[in-house]
Amino acid sequence: MNTKKLQLPDAENLFADLANKIRPDINKNTALVGVRTGGVWLAQRLQQELGLMNPLGILDISFYRDDFDRIGLHPKVKPSEIPFQVTDSHIILVDDILYTGRTIRAAINELFDYGRPASIRLAILVDRGKRELPIAAQYVGAEVVLPSGKMLNLQQGGDKKLRLSIYDKQLPA
Amino acid sequence: MISRNPQLNRAGELQHLLTTEGLPVAILLDILDTAESFVGVTERDVKKIPLLRGKSVFNLFFEPSTRTRTTFEIAAKRLSADVHNLNIAVSAQSKGETLLDTVNNLSAMYADMFVVRHLQSGAAHLIAHHVQSDIHVINAGDGRHAHPTQALLDMFTIRRYKRDFQNLRVAIVGDILHSRVARSEIHALTTLGVPEVRVIAPKTLLPAKVERLGVHVYYDMVKGLKDVDVVMMLRLQNERMQSANLPSSEEYFKNYGLTQEKLSLAKPDAIVMHPGPLNRGVEIDSAVADGKQSVILPQVTYGIAVRMAVMSILAGN
Repeated sequence: MNTKKLQLPDAENLFADLANKIRPDINKNTALVGVRTGGVWLAQRLQQELGLMNPLGILDISFYRDDFDRIGLHPKVKPSEIPFQVTDSHIILVDDILYTGRTIRAAINELFDYGRPASIRLAILVDRGKRELPIAAQYVGAEVVLPSGKMLNLQQGGDKKLRLSIYDKQLPA
Repeated sequence: MISRNPQLNRAGELQHLLTTEGLPVAILLDILDTAESFVGVTERDVKKIPLLRGKSVFNLFFEPSTRTRTTFEIAAKRLSADVHNLNIAVSAQSKGETLLDTVNNLSAMYADMFVVRHLQSGAAHLIAHHVQSDIHVINAGDGRHAHPTQALLDMFTIRRYKRDFQNLRVAIVGDILHSRVARSEIHALTTLGVPEVRVIAPKTLLPAKVERLGVHVYYDMVKGLKDVDVVMMLRLQNERMQSANLPSSEEYFKNYGLTQEKLSLAKPDAIVMHPGPLNRGVEIDSAVADGKQSVILPQVTYGIAVRMAVMSILAGN
């Protein structure tokens, strides 16, 4: 397809920025929760980079999506794992791309079924705007404006390096 | 004309769960994988997820059942569905209403899903054929024919303890002839690629030409249990003990009851399964049922996650 090449920021640079923005707010009670799949990669890297001791949480929000009635169950659903006490913990929720806000709505709902956290903050690698819900991130790697027909995707290579790519909404199956 | 598998919709997705026979391996694995995600839900503060919120599930039990009906009810409630239990053995049908009239009436009450247990083989098929395309039917046991969710929870349990199906030797022991569980298990095991499925039973409790299902037939526990990884016991229906099929329950226990001694012929890490309810001292010795190789109670627990998986996949298709 002949689309004009969009200049995307380097994901590794964004990650370093994001980690630096989070660092001042970290204390021993901070717990990271990554949203599958890209958010988990980021959360694992942040866990290492920031030297966090609490175990890492993983959310698969498939059971909390608001489009179940339209598209059914996501075919490759995996278990959520929250290996710490959610009640009274200070959670930083981590995802790769923030767009409509619907994924984060689902993630917050799921977290509350594990307990009542003291606080939840949101860390995002790329915020591409166009929100459909009143949700905002406290830590953002970069803001990128894209046409709505484009999808932004984070990938992790075998060397654990992160890379952003863009594709048209109709993915080949 | 080749007719479509009545369980699948036009897109090849699961529309009803009626039998494990003829189900593609991808769908079986999808159910087992999805169930893995539901196991953890039980360990949370809030043991519910909102997937089936606003949906109505009707448990239609034309034949008594405690465990199956209860686990279906728990599964539906964990998915936030509204559950209605109808004990039809003692209501409408005894007043003369036909099966399809009952279903029509419940459909008019905006049912989204029927869970059907019936003593007639094919009852769930009949209902699935009859209902509108947005209603889903789950067979919770029909006559001697099929009990697919029991087979699926057994497959889930086997995979949890034995990791995969490719190198297993599995023995199904007991009243194969009358058992819908055995039929559904055999279809599921062979589809999932278990290389050796054995059935062990007296001739009088084996269906004719059972080998055609792809199983090896043994009449003797000593030979049949040798080196197996999984022993799946079946319930001997007490109500059939009077028939000509069997001499006595003592005699049956002596030949086909699972004791620790007979179990020692299987692999040392073999697991023992049973769909319940147990007849202690008839098909299984208490020492085995309560022993360390028994996974009978985990089967019941996993039954909830597996039924949640089936309901959520159906409701989404």
